[in-house]
Amino acid sequence: MSEFRMPSLGADMDYGTVLEWRVRPGDRVRRGDVIVLVDTDKAEIEVEIWEGGVVERILVEPGQKVPVGTVLATLQPDAQAPAAPEPRTTPAPAPVAAAPPAPEPPAPAPPGTPAGREPARTRATPLARRLAAELGVELARTEGTGPGGAVTADDVRRAAGAPAPARPEPAERAEPAEVPRAALSPERVAAMRRRIAAGMERSKREIPHYYLETQIDLSRTLAWLSTENLRRPVTDRLLLAALQLRAVARAAAELPALSGHWVEGGFRPGAGVHVGIVIALRGGGLLVPTLRDADRLDAGELMRALREVTGRARRGTLRGADVSEATITVTNLGDTGVETVLGVIHPPQVALVGFGRVTERPWAEAGVLGVRPVVTASLSADHRASDGQRGARFLALVARTLQNPGQA
Amino acid sequence: MTDDEIRSLVLEALAAIAPEADLGSLDPREDLREQLEIDSMDLLNLVIRVHERTGAEIPEADYPKLATLDSAVAYLAARLPRRGP
Repeated sequence: MSEFRMPSLGADMDYGTVLEWRVRPGDRVRRGDVIVLVDTDKAEIEVEIWEGGVVERILVEPGQKVPVGTVLATLQPDAQAPAAPEPRTTPAPAPVAAAPPAPEPPAPAPPGTPAGREPARTRATPLARRLAAELGVELARTEGTGPGGAVTADDVRRAAGAPAPARPEPAERAEPAEVPRAALSPERVAAMRRRIAAGMERSKREIPHYYLETQIDLSRTLAWLSTENLRRPVTDRLLLAALQLRAVARAAAELPALSGHWVEGGFRPGAGVHVGIVIALRGGGLLVPTLRDADRLDAGELMRALREVTGRARRGTLRGADVSEATITVTNLGDTGVETVLGVIHPPQVALVGFGRVTERPWAEAGVLGVRPVVTASLSADHRASDGQRGARFLALVARTLQNPGQA
Repeated sequence: MTDDEIRSLVLEALAAIAPEADLGSLDPREDLREQLEIDSMDLLNLVIRVHERTGAEIPEADYPKLATLDSAVAYLAARLPRRGP
């Protein structure tokens, strides 16, 4: 048996609230499956499990707030796949997910009837339990129509005499990605504002920033992009933002002095290039999910990851892997019309790269004056960790990669 | 598809992309990006949704024609097969 614990979803998280289980005892899970929705004050986060097996018991009910490390559920690991190490998409600092203990001998109980489950407990979905508590419905007396006779939210409503909602509840829909929902409550927006304030105060108090900027001629990049997009199906089309991410990630891989953390008076290079992406939310505020190992992804993969993570951020529900620690951050204000962004570094990182709007500019090259699409890339860097010379080389690398999007 | 069907399809897609927006107060002749704070990622998602519902391939070069609700409906009406006589 192994234990699934409340993960640390960010360095500043001490507690988490279980909002909703996506699995029931007896369910088979695979590595990477989202099994529980957790509220961290920051965001609602869909937490993945990094071990396959059968869910045995769920120990923390929805609504309960528990410290990081609390056992949330127990799992009977797959016998043939003993305790695999966490994949590299797992939050690095976190004692995440099921700790891989020495595998016990195969349990005598077959899957589906895990040992130790209270026999009297009625099977019900988490939402149904919550609703039942709210409506005063006794679960044990409610007829279940869900899988395995489990009581569903609709069963509870029927029992309570309440009408079922016209639209299925988000929790019970097969594809939560399709649920349109307002991203964040006013309280969450206020909490986010306070957190941004604290982070930015710390940054400007502790980090001696220096700023560099350079203008990049995008003629070739944009020509490549439109040719590329002509041959790609609509769903695989690339945005310039993906190429910009690629350029920053590759520059960070080549020049690690700008990608890492300043901790305890020294620079610690990141293990891998993990790029934080600033995503503005429509209601105000922002989230900065992390793309792990971004330097290993090609433009298409980066674009897909960017689309998915933007969608999750705007819905207000990130994944566990999204909130792992980034080693460098990219902000893109190109859609807002500003030409330059001189950003504030996210501590303990040591650099932030900004991109502004693409504008047509008079451009002289080899003695010839022409009009070119131009973007301003900027670097805010921590002077404790690097000097202007390094920073300038970094920006030059970004420019070079951005201007050669087809190069592997 | 009729113009009305196209219009509700576009509105549906916009509602999914910007769920908190008040689409009732949308001015069909004004810029969508400005009214709904739509960025290039949202625009791409709009194009993808329309594609998924209708099969229409909207080339990038035509994105400017999606600037307002009215222009988007007119553009799609010209590209999609008409129903009926």
